[in-house]
Amino acid sequence: MTTATEQEGRARFDELIDSDSRVEPRDWMPDDYRRSLIRQMSQHAHSEIIGMQPEANWITRAPSLKRKAILMAKVQDEAGHGLYLYSATQTLGITRDEMTEQLITGRARYSSIFNYPTLSWADMGAIGWLVDGAAICNQVPLCRASYAPYGRAMVRICKEESFHQRQGFEILLQLMRGTPAQQRMAQDAVDRWYWPSLMMFGPPDDDSPNSARSMEWKIKRFSNDELRQRFVGTLVPQAEALGVSLPDPELRWNEQNGSYDLGPIDWTEFQEVLAGRGPCNAQRLQRRRDAHEDGLWVREAAAAYAAKQAARVPEGTAA
Amino acid sequence: MSAPGASDSAHPETWPLWEVFVRSSRGLSHVHVGSLHAPDETMAVRNARDLYTRRSEGVSIWVVPSEAITASDPDAKGAFFESPAGKNYRHATYYTASEGVKHL
Repeated sequence: MTTATEQEGRARFDELIDSDSRVEPRDWMPDDYRRSLIRQMSQHAHSEIIGMQPEANWITRAPSLKRKAILMAKVQDEAGHGLYLYSATQTLGITRDEMTEQLITGRARYSSIFNYPTLSWADMGAIGWLVDGAAICNQVPLCRASYAPYGRAMVRICKEESFHQRQGFEILLQLMRGTPAQQRMAQDAVDRWYWPSLMMFGPPDDDSPNSARSMEWKIKRFSNDELRQRFVGTLVPQAEALGVSLPDPELRWNEQNGSYDLGPIDWTEFQEVLAGRGPCNAQRLQRRRDAHEDGLWVREAAAAYAAKQAARVPEGTAA
Repeated sequence: MSAPGASDSAHPETWPLWEVFVRSSRGLSHVHVGSLHAPDETMAVRNARDLYTRRSEGVSIWVVPSEAITASDPDAKGAFFESPAGKNYRHATYYTASEGVKHL
């Protein structure tokens, strides 16, 4: 049954969406809008948290102290981004602990890109340039998402993300200016990360069930294929500047459409990785689970200490 | 009225939620930047430093338990914020007779 308050709430919600305004946590919103946001935002947060692993793999083997410091700062940023997004998602009525539980029990998804291994130092460059590049392309329009806390988190994240992409580009550039072996290493990393980074935009528009509704709600502003095209358009001149080739023999400029024609994307691979059968899915999830369980005593000790300190100060007296 | 961000009592969080305010430089107010979980106020301030000031965004941090915040009711928006409506004589731009006269 629809109550008067609900009707009023829905009218107000529609008005906010139509006028390109923002929805705040305590505004009335349709249940499926709330559910859809919880799913998208928590997946986004999980991706940031799992995304620390492929890069953390190279911290101990970074080629210089400067590169190590940069990589640590970047991994720390990913943790921060995860936390901004978890906080924003909590405003929709799910607890942090529930989200953690969903991740470590394998019920929640995260971006399939993080299930690929990082085989060489050049992968740090390719991840920064391609993976963070694709993420920025996806995230800039999300700064205007209709759900205000999501938009606010994205503004903060996008500011920090541009350093990630530039440092990746610089790693590849330095390798491309190096020995033939270093150049081969850079090209090999680009070859392995190019296609998975294009898959980050999600399935093609005619096979993306949630997209249309997300666009009506103004959570998403551009379709998966539009964003993918835009991304490839920015990559081509950057690849030329680097002197690397993009591993798509069918990639060419289409004068008529004013965009690039791409070769076919292997969506079977995408579905396989998403279904948990990628090269590193089990390892990534196990490490997250171990970290959570190994950290239990720290969380408990900190809570016990806080309780003990609180008990020491009699109520009503200034500490 | 209720505290924003307070957790459902059936599913209490392991650590309480804190709201974080950062003063970006001397002379400016502390501005709300976000929230975080921490076991106590000392850890909340330290976590806030790591989470919200990694690029020297601030010179001072406040943390407040989310539960301690009382908010106005968003549904009562119309009635609650009604009184200034129609009182545009409270703005300098209401007074136009002095147009062309300097330093007014």
